[in-house]
Amino acid sequence: MSSASSFPRRRVLACGAAFAAVVALSACGAKTDAAGSSEKAVKADVSGDTVKVGLLNSLSGTMAISEVTVRDSLRLAIDEINASGGVLGKKIQPISEDGASDWPTFAEKAQKLIQNDRVAATFGCWTSASRKAVKPVFEKNRSLLFYPVQYEGLEQSPYIFYTGATTNQQIVPALDYLKGKGLKKLYLVGSDYVFPRTANKIIQAYAEANGMTILGEDYAPLGSTEFSTIANKVKASKADAVFNTLNGDSNVAFFKEYKSAGLTAKSMPVVSVSIAEEEVKSIGTQYLAGQLTAWNYYQTTEGAANDRFVKAYKARYGQDKPTSDPMEAAYTSVHLWKAMVEKAGSFDPEKVKAAADGITFDAPEGEVTVDGPTQHIHKTARIGRIGTDGLIEEVWDSGGPIEPDPYLKDYSWASDLS
Amino acid sequence: MTVILGQTFTGISIGAVLLLIALGLSLTFGQMNVINMAHGEFIMAGAYTTYVLQKSIAGAGISLLVALPVAFLVSGALGALLEWLLIRRLYLRPLDTLLVTWGVSLMLQQLARDVFGAPNVQTRAPERLTGNITLIGGADPLTVANSRLFILGLAVAAVASLALTLRLTPLGRRIRAVVQNRDLAEVSGISTARVDRTAFFLGSGLAGIAGVALTLVGPIGPTMGTNVIIDAFLVIVVGGIGQLRGTVIVAFVLGVLQSVLEYSTTVSVAKVLVLVAIVAFLQWRPQGLYTLRTRSLV
Repeated sequence: MSSASSFPRRRVLACGAAFAAVVALSACGAKTDAAGSSEKAVKADVSGDTVKVGLLNSLSGTMAISEVTVRDSLRLAIDEINASGGVLGKKIQPISEDGASDWPTFAEKAQKLIQNDRVAATFGCWTSASRKAVKPVFEKNRSLLFYPVQYEGLEQSPYIFYTGATTNQQIVPALDYLKGKGLKKLYLVGSDYVFPRTANKIIQAYAEANGMTILGEDYAPLGSTEFSTIANKVKASKADAVFNTLNGDSNVAFFKEYKSAGLTAKSMPVVSVSIAEEEVKSIGTQYLAGQLTAWNYYQTTEGAANDRFVKAYKARYGQDKPTSDPMEAAYTSVHLWKAMVEKAGSFDPEKVKAAADGITFDAPEGEVTVDGPTQHIHKTARIGRIGTDGLIEEVWDSGGPIEPDPYLKDYSWASDLS
Repeated sequence: MTVILGQTFTGISIGAVLLLIALGLSLTFGQMNVINMAHGEFIMAGAYTTYVLQKSIAGAGISLLVALPVAFLVSGALGALLEWLLIRRLYLRPLDTLLVTWGVSLMLQQLARDVFGAPNVQTRAPERLTGNITLIGGADPLTVANSRLFILGLAVAAVASLALTLRLTPLGRRIRAVVQNRDLAEVSGISTARVDRTAFFLGSGLAGIAGVALTLVGPIGPTMGTNVIIDAFLVIVVGGIGQLRGTVIVAFVLGVLQSVLEYSTTVSVAKVLVLVAIVAFLQWRPQGLYTLRTRSLV
């Protein structure tokens, strides 16, 4: 008799059932925590000399490569504000939570920050999946989230301020750039979740209206590291360029495979919308040099405000640490919140929101202005080329801030999207 | 044509990765009947060993070569330690090993997080392994990635050494004797305790080798073991528990199946279809592709 079949069948079943029960219970736990809020919004605790704010980022898991830098940048902004006297005379006390690259965890931690810590506002999230997971929590508790990353648009929450780019400030300008360069046959590669799927829908609509062709569209699960088939498909398609919406360190595996397949920035450039300086550094310039990115800010962006920002960041976290677009947007978001609170004369989310329209800040990316109705900000679009030193050199910009248009109302080809 | 050949090679290279991660497990789970959930973390240990060596040795090529034996020893030693501390007390309770080793795997993940930090890290592949070679030239060339060839070679070498060890060496004979009939082996004068530990050392060491190979494919992180452990168990169960031959065949069949389906559908759909195929296969042959016939009464 085989040694394997010596497992008593009933014990296998019992163990399996117990295992399943544990998994189910832990999933339930997360759910009740997220949903079990009280009916009334909890007021932020601003009675003492300090005001608490929440920092909600993935400090572990596949997204940590990106989100840790955002947390560091948020801390820098908070320290700067505290050093210059705080907000409404109160020092900011950050409470940092780890979303662990897991959407239910994000919702649970958001609930904890609002309910237990009674924060006045929360800064963070990166993936759209995490933002979608926390959105109902912030709306139900009527608490504010400042979201610092470019995203797919087509969203408007009364309790979220979007300080990263929406599509008309990043993806559409990137497509305009490619069209201008005559790169008209595209292949789309992305992580399998809300941002890449929505972004690619927008790209499809744009392509149809602008005489471009989409040769293929492939998604890999977030955190996936097996890209040999996708690289083969991309290569066989003979596209002019690849539009890359992969998130996190799937990019490491993708670009390793891309180079192994013999594809280069010359033969088939990749435009990435989620790889910034920090990711470039850890993926390795040997895989990325010459490839394109679309953002609103690079470490190399010129201006006195950026010089100050880069210098302060490096002084605090190390000379070899680059600054990036989401870090800049996160840094800017804290300063914008401060300005809104001071204009409102209150930490109350409703009064802060009412004061938001027209608030400006001399940000490292250039002066930004809050658009009250959409709660987005005016941003300049920039295309950059990754250099062998790991920095990104600007090759094109939109000439000035672009008004946010999250629902792409001003574009006739986008009328079916929202 | 080139596409079919290219995809077949991709499938074989995915199979080679599967084979490497499942090989050590086929020794500890298959031969010894221990459900070792910490096997994935031994793979992780091998990957982090590569990372540490690369930090301390300048050349990426040299550090990779040094990493192979060192990762084998590091993961092997971890495995032997686990066997000595916990598993030897549980040989007659195979399902309890599942819970115990699961706990150990969580602890090892946390340890990695504390030592190396929560964000994933990367190694630089040696320059020679980042390119590719052209098998068929012309307008539609067939190229294969050097790193994938290296992994394939590694898998072949690992299978060959394991098969030869089991077939030709006194240790291999003792392992097979213990697997087929533990009591009879014991009364024949074989120290089953020592054989168990050595087999565990070998199986875990092979996990370390798999970890080195995985650094060429993707990032290194505390949870990388959990990501591959399910695939490893699938390969073993479908191949037939304790059957090296079954493990090898199934690894390559699943690899090719995955790559062909991925090419014609999408990554996620291919994953689902492969799982459906596995479920269907196990309905037909619950014991897996191959089974071991012995006269053991256990």
